[in-house]
This record gives sequence, structure tokens and C-alpha cells, in this order.
Amino acid sequence: MFKKLTITALTALTLGAGGAWAAEGGHVKDYKFSFEGPFGKYDQAQLQRGLQIYTQICSVCHGLKYVPFRSLSEPGGPTLSDDAMRAYAATYSIYDPEIEDYRDGKPTDHFPGATYPGAPDLSLMAKARAGFHGPLGTGLSQFFNGMGGPEYITSYLLAFSDETKEEAGTLYYENPVFSTGWSAMPPQLFGEDVEYADGTEATMEQEAKDVAAFLMWTAEPKLMMRKEAGVISVLFLGVLTVLLYLTNKRLWAPYKPKKNV
Amino acid sequence: MSGIPHDHYEPGSAPEKWLERRLPVISLIYDTLMIPTPKNLNWMWIWGVVLFFTLVLQIVTGIVLAMHYVPNTEMAFASLEHIMRNVNGGHFLRYLHSNGASLFFVAVYLHIFRGLYYGSYKSPREVTWIIGILIYLAMMATAFMGYVLPWGQMSFWGATVITGLFGAIPWIGHDIQQWLLGGPAVGNATLNRFFSLHYLIPFVILGLSIVHVWAFHTTGNNNPTGVEVRRGSREEADKDTLPFWPYFVMKDLFALGVVLVVFFAIVGFMPNYLGHPDNYLEANPLQTPTHIVPEWYFLPFYAILRAFTADVWVVMIVDWLTFGVVNAKFFGVIAMFGSIIVMALVPWLDTSNVRSGRYRPQFKLAFALFVVDFVLLTWAGGMPAEAVYANISLVGAAYWFAYFLVILPVLGVIEKPLPQPETIEEDFNAHYGEGAAAGKATPAE
Repeated sequence: MFKKLTITALTALTLGAGGAWAAEGGHVKDYKFSFEGPFGKYDQAQLQRGLQIYTQICSVCHGLKYVPFRSLSEPGGPTLSDDAMRAYAATYSIYDPEIEDYRDGKPTDHFPGATYPGAPDLSLMAKARAGFHGPLGTGLSQFFNGMGGPEYITSYLLAFSDETKEEAGTLYYENPVFSTGWSAMPPQLFGEDVEYADGTEATMEQEAKDVAAFLMWTAEPKLMMRKEAGVISVLFLGVLTVLLYLTNKRLWAPYKPKKNV
Repeated sequence: MSGIPHDHYEPGSAPEKWLERRLPVISLIYDTLMIPTPKNLNWMWIWGVVLFFTLVLQIVTGIVLAMHYVPNTEMAFASLEHIMRNVNGGHFLRYLHSNGASLFFVAVYLHIFRGLYYGSYKSPREVTWIIGILIYLAMMATAFMGYVLPWGQMSFWGATVITGLFGAIPWIGHDIQQWLLGGPAVGNATLNRFFSLHYLIPFVILGLSIVHVWAFHTTGNNNPTGVEVRRGSREEADKDTLPFWPYFVMKDLFALGVVLVVFFAIVGFMPNYLGHPDNYLEANPLQTPTHIVPEWYFLPFYAILRAFTADVWVVMIVDWLTFGVVNAKFFGVIAMFGSIIVMALVPWLDTSNVRSGRYRPQFKLAFALFVVDFVLLTWAGGMPAEAVYANISLVGAAYWFAYFLVILPVLGVIEKPLPQPETIEEDFNAHYGEGAAAGKATPAE
């Protein structure tokens, strides 16, 4: 009786707890990303394309203040070459309080913060939005699909209609993915907005997915390390648990003849 | 130490004798580990060890995280990102710690519900139960303050809402709230004291846990039959029990292994599953999130808090009778704390002489509904503040109080219990065969 009850209660609890914030947002499409699932990995080429989109389009208004330039060449990320990373950093001009002046960016500098008033910093945006709550509002699909942040970003970037409205002097753009349905940011992607260095065709969807993948990396730069650690932990603990099971069974055998005949 | 007769440590060598006369620490460890344990304990008796493991996990990961964390409103959020990005293994440590809190509560709820079903709170284990509730309260305080430290949106607004509860106390509430916060609103002073207490209280929990173990090592464990171990002679006691080491240590370690496989899969593959995405936005006092939701383990009590809205007739009557002193807000706060107080008082509310729910047919039904109620409240607590959910929460809250204040006292009087086994040995043999009796059989090889 207790066993059945416990299992039922636990299942229901997961359903309940996961559903806690199921109510918000909507219309998030399940795009496939290479980093989903327990064995998922970032696609370096995609992260580099995403960096290109970010640099040429997003960074005009938004910032990435938690992301240091050096991480662009660290393992598990876009892995630019050291020289390419240094060259990239140098394209930014960073205010240095020591010399009280602007100078070229160095690897230890961070990306600048948002420049346009009201534009949020994007460093953690992919974790600050959860696109997935399924099945049945449990969010358990996150195990295989991730939490849906990049899917949210992709869907958001592709969901603009042509409708606009003006409120208190600000122009809003209709976007059903955005929580209020009206976004202060105008549509940014139209296809062929950039010319990809690796020759990939820059369709609107491709661009949106690439920048979303890049923002997932800025939010969770250690994702690949974490998943590897997860796999190793589960494997080792699994083996240990089997050994403990056998030890325990052997230990109790003299006292439980019926079970061990 | 224990009332159940068992063998005690005999210092053999000269150094052991020397130490034993001065500090009987080996004796203490030996007697603690060799405690006679009812041999019919089932898999619901593993959570204590899981909880001890989790406490140690939280303390160890917490100490390392504290080395890199900055308790300052300007820097707290950034220092977490520093841990996630630059500290070696910091991202994993932090996810272990944040998900460790959830593991802690999963285990403690199962532990508490096991106690409620098998009557572990009944005489002579009331003190163990009360200490357990104190530990649970300390855990809630620690978890709540820990959730504020990342200084995300939910941290800030959760702290604002929860400390606001104290503001609902008539006359002195406002002053208490200011005293807790160290200022008129959640700010740097709040963050600093929460950090200090978040570091301190776990050690109080550790101390209480030791007393908790001491208490039940004095009375002996309860067991699924609720029948006490025979303690007339060593022979009798040996028929009902096996020493904790190695029999239960191995069993508990195996169970812990299973739990940890699931835990590490969550930490490794979906570490943000139980967290709220809004907490990855830095705290902003000027922007209230659409729904302020506490962590999942507070949801049942959050539901009770929100259940008593101003249009509930009980609330209206109380409001009118107290000339508005006990208004809807204060009523909700009383209900929330009351729901835990009634749980603490259950040893004296349950009038049944039969300890284990296994032999109480009507109780089983009431208990099953109680579990459903807990799940229902958890669910309702996570829903937006709308009338439908407030009503569901109200039904849930009503059953919660009815269970402790009406059903348990009344059932003990009117219920006809089923026959209980005479001894633990009888119950054990019914499951595992007579040959097991004295444990004389040789290993099956």
C-alpha cells in the first residue's frame, strides 16, 4: 500500500511541480539543436555563425556583459583560434578606468553591456526563458530536449507579424511568442542579413537557430563539460549501485531463505 | 545507550583501554553502529541515511561555493556567473548544491510521510518527532534564505513576499519585518544576514540531527508492524533485530546509490528543471514578475497561505469577531504556520493505540487522501492567484486540518483495528520463511 502510494504521489508531485510555471508564453516550436539530450554537444561551426549574427546584428543594441572574449577560444565553445579571438576582441573599444580612456579589447575583457536603453543583456537569456513544459506541463521532456530557451529565442525571432501599435510614444511590434504579444524590439532577421564565412546559406530560420545556439552557449558555456560529468557520474554510480545490490543480497541471504531459493 | 540488549565494545589492546578510560569515543561509535535494528524494516526506512548524506553534500558544496560568492547586491549575481564560468568545476558544484536542496526535500517529505503512516511519532518517540519537525523548519529557513543568495528576480521577489508575511502580524508586524530585513525593503542588509544565516543554520541542523538519532537510538527504531522489539533478554531481542552494521548500512547504501543515479542524471542533464527561469534575470526592484512562485517544496504551504482569501466565510467571521485584527492576510499566515504546528502535535492528536497504519483500515483511506491532498496543494500552490485555484487550495487546506484535528482523534476511538503480529520475528518470517528464524542458516552457496 505504502509503496503504491509513494510512487503515485511522487509521479503526481513531479507533474505538479513541473507544471508550476507552465502557464506563460506559447507557440514555441521544437527546433532541433545538436546540444540536446544527455550526449548533446555544441556545433562549433554553428556557434561561430551565431557569433557572426550576434556581432553584426544583436550587438548594435544588446550586450553580453558576463561573457569574456577569451572564452571564445576555450574548449566547449565556438573555439576560435587564439589569434582570431584576440583579433575579434580588438575590434571592440573598451573603456579602461586605469588609463581613463578607451582602448582596444583584450582577451580578458568582457563583451560590452547593452547600449540601447531598455535592451536586455543577452548573456543568460537562453536560460531565463523556458520554452518547454511538456508532456502535460511536467517539463520532463527537458531531459531530452533541453529547457527550450534556444527554441524560444528562435521562435521569437521568426514570429513577428507586420502589425505595429503605438503606446505612450513607443512603437510595439506584434509577436505572439513574446509574453505580452507585443515586443519593443522590431523584427531583425529577414534572411540574407549576413554572409556566412563558412558558406552556409543564410536563410531566416538558419540565422535564428544559429544565434539561438550561440546564446545558449553564452548562457551555459560549460554545458558539454557538465553533460560529460553527468554521463560519467551516472555510469560509475550505476556500477557501484549494482555492486552494493549484490553485496546487500549476499549479506541478507541467510536471513531471507524464501527470497533466495 | 539503547534499551534493547546488545553487545558492547570491549577494549582489547592497551592503547584502546587507555583511550576508553579517558574518552569512550570508540565505544560510542561502536554502540551507535551496532544498534539492534528491527529486521523487518522496509524500503521506506532508507531516507534517514539519504538525508544525512544530503546534509553533508550541501555543507561541503556550500562551503566551497561560499569561497567564491559575494554577498553584495551589486556583485552577488555576477559572482554566481563567475562561479558558473570561471571557477574550476564551479558550474557542477553549484548545480549539485541547488538540486541538492530539492533532493533534501524529496527525502524529507518521504521520511515524514513514512513516519505519519507507520505511527513513528507515537509514544515513546514523540521527542524524536518534535526534533524532526524542528529540523524540517530549520531546513525551510535555510532553503528560503539560500534561494535569495543568487539575487535573481525570484530571489528578490520571493524574499519580498515571504518576509511580507511577518508584516501581516497586527501592530508589531511592520517592525518585525523591518527588523528581519535590516531596512524598509529587501536590500543589501537583507542579503548579508541571509548569507550569514544560510551558512549557520545547516550546522544547527547537523546538531539537531545528531540529537534526532540519539533520541531514536534510545527508544529503538519503529518498524512497519509498529510492534516493539522484545527486550526481555538478549536472545529475544536477537530474534527481532539485526545490528545496523553491516545489514542496514549496506541496504541503505544500495538505496542511496539508486537515489544518486537519478540525482546525478538530473544535475548532469537537466539541472534547471526544478528552478525558475526568471532567476537567471538579475533582481530588479522596479519590475515585478508576472507570477511569483516559491521553490516547489514550499508550494503546499504557499497554497494554504493563499487559500484563505477575504471572501471565505471563516475568514469573514474571524475578521468580524476580532474587529479586523485578524484580516485575510494574517489569517493566511496563521493557517500556514498552523498547518505545520498541527503536524508537530500529531503525537497527541492521534488517539489510536495501534501504531502502524498497516493494521488500521479506515486510517489507510484517510492517509491516502492526505497524500493526495499534499500533492493537490503542491500543484495548486504553483498556479497563478486565481479564484479557481484558491478554491481548490481551500478544500486542500480544509482536509489538511481535518486530518490532524478531526480524523486522527476520532478514528482512534471508533476504528476497529486488524490483528497485529505478536512479534517482529513473526512478521519477518511470514515474508521470508521460517528457516530465517534465528539467522542460523548458512549463505546460499
